[in-house]
Amino acid sequence: MKINPVLRIVSKVMIPLILLFALYVQFHGDFGPGGGFQAGVIFASAFILHAMVFGMDAVKRVLSAGMLKALMCVGVFLYGGVGVVTMLLGGAYLDYDLLAETPTGGQHLGIFLVELGVGITVASVMITIFTAFAGRGRGQ
Amino acid sequence: MIWANLSVLQIVVPLLTAPLCLLVRNGRVAWALAWIASAASFGCALLLASRVLDGGVVVAELGGWAAPWGIEYRVDLLNAFILLIVSGIGTVVLWSARISIDVEVEADRQGLFYTAWLLCLAGLLGIAVTGDAFNLFVFLEISSLSSYVLIAMGRDRRALTASFQYLVMGTIGATFILIGIGFLYMSTGTLNMQDIAVRLPELGTSRTVESAFAFLTVGIGLKMAMFPLHLWLPNAYAYAPGAVSAFLAATATKVAVYALVRFVYDIFGESFSFGAMPLSLILTTLAVLAVLVASTAAIFQENVKRMLAYSSVAQIGYTLLGVGFATAAGLTASLTHLFNHALMKGALFLSLGCIVFRHGTVIREELAGLGRRMPWTCGAFVLGAISLIGVPLTAGFASKWLLLSAAIEIGWWPVAVVVVLGSLLAVIYVWRVVEVLYRATDDAPARSEAPLSILVPTWILALANVYFGVFTEHSVGFASSAAAWLTGGGS
Repeated sequence: MKINPVLRIVSKVMIPLILLFALYVQFHGDFGPGGGFQAGVIFASAFILHAMVFGMDAVKRVLSAGMLKALMCVGVFLYGGVGVVTMLLGGAYLDYDLLAETPTGGQHLGIFLVELGVGITVASVMITIFTAFAGRGRGQ
Repeated sequence: MIWANLSVLQIVVPLLTAPLCLLVRNGRVAWALAWIASAASFGCALLLASRVLDGGVVVAELGGWAAPWGIEYRVDLLNAFILLIVSGIGTVVLWSARISIDVEVEADRQGLFYTAWLLCLAGLLGIAVTGDAFNLFVFLEISSLSSYVLIAMGRDRRALTASFQYLVMGTIGATFILIGIGFLYMSTGTLNMQDIAVRLPELGTSRTVESAFAFLTVGIGLKMAMFPLHLWLPNAYAYAPGAVSAFLAATATKVAVYALVRFVYDIFGESFSFGAMPLSLILTTLAVLAVLVASTAAIFQENVKRMLAYSSVAQIGYTLLGVGFATAAGLTASLTHLFNHALMKGALFLSLGCIVFRHGTVIREELAGLGRRMPWTCGAFVLGAISLIGVPLTAGFASKWLLLSAAIEIGWWPVAVVVVLGSLLAVIYVWRVVEVLYRATDDAPARSEAPLSILVPTWILALANVYFGVFTEHSVGFASSAAAWLTGGGS
């Protein structure tokens, strides 16, 4: 793969666009189709493409196994934490209304944070699954 | 609001502590976190149970969305009882896990182990607490996926194949459950359990509803190891780490039985389940076969853990018998047996955990003379074993007695005979182990008892067998009020 120039150049052009599209799906999720899960998968696919074309080590330099593990947990904490915060504010679990001045603002903020949590966890889990399989037989 | 939040916290605390355990590198710290989370869940379960016994139903609307649209958690007499069993046994067993897991799982995987444990706990509690059929499936997958991981962490290489076998069977079961829920959604247009229960009688019987019922029964049957679908269970329990065997044997199948009772009695209703569908005949036949065949298979097992696993299949048979009777007395017997079986299997598997810790093996013939080397451990095993047989003054007797009287009440004498016969078979397989444990050996072995941190939880469960055998008013009282509520047109 490393000597195939078409693949290298096309993926170099595509990867930023894939990442941008992932962010679009993430942040436009509350108004249109999309959301954290899809965005996370798209975001991870950019890293997976990079790993397939340029090798695993390049990805590992940016995202180590420990960092991926931490990101997985951060996403879950973000999601669950929003629920705990709404409970502490005196509401039901994940009742976003209480998060901001107005219920509408609260709903916006709540769904944004929760979807962000989903996106982070899904992206890091996808990359972890890929590296776990791709790392087999290499003593990693 | 406080009560509603308690029912949510019960799930959220283990669910959010799980990733924390993954981040903590130290196995001991992860254990401490996991235990605190588990104990907190048990505390919530106790409070909820006291509230429900006072005659209330605790309803939590997640996200503030009202019931048919949003997901609701609904704690009533039936699932408060199950929540108590799962979180209580989970907490006691996890107490023992600190030392035994040190030996059985590599140091760098211990954080992962406790993460999987807490996810499994959260999943099992979630199945019990939720009032939404699809949410039940999601929690089922959480608990199943994490239990595959837990089983695969056994020291024996065969744990991997056992776990894979369970994964394949469990996934088929979960798929069936999902198809069943899908059919229910298709015919009623709702996923809320209470809402489904209200709408189903209006629809009458249709092929879709009947198929939903069949898929759900078979799917849940796979998860609970109902007799011909039990093939994944013996290996999974035999090769999993000791604490995991104790935890899963005491909780996972119980929760599946709960799901069956919930669908059969509460959602589909008795008149549909036992009138329009021949569930009584099917369950009773399979349960009788389970008691006879699995108990006989247990006699021939060389590995004591495997023997107990077959015995679990037989005990699930007893539980299903009561469900199949379709009477309040039968259901009381079943629910009591759920609780009592959790106590006895917990005690038995934990005492085997002690034996593995000191002795390294649970092959029957290699346990000769262990009664003198580890008197307390073997004492707990014997106590659990006589409860398993159903000797008077133990918990096992209470539930067998209820089951017998429920069978006689509706005049099913052959079934009553099978219950007694099953106990006799249990005497045989249990005696084969006890005989070896106390067999005289030539050399006088030095005493090497298991450490207190495993022994104390083992004895707590063993003594609970005696306590709930003598003072049955709490366990039987709770079970009978739940059964009366379910059969008395509670919904």
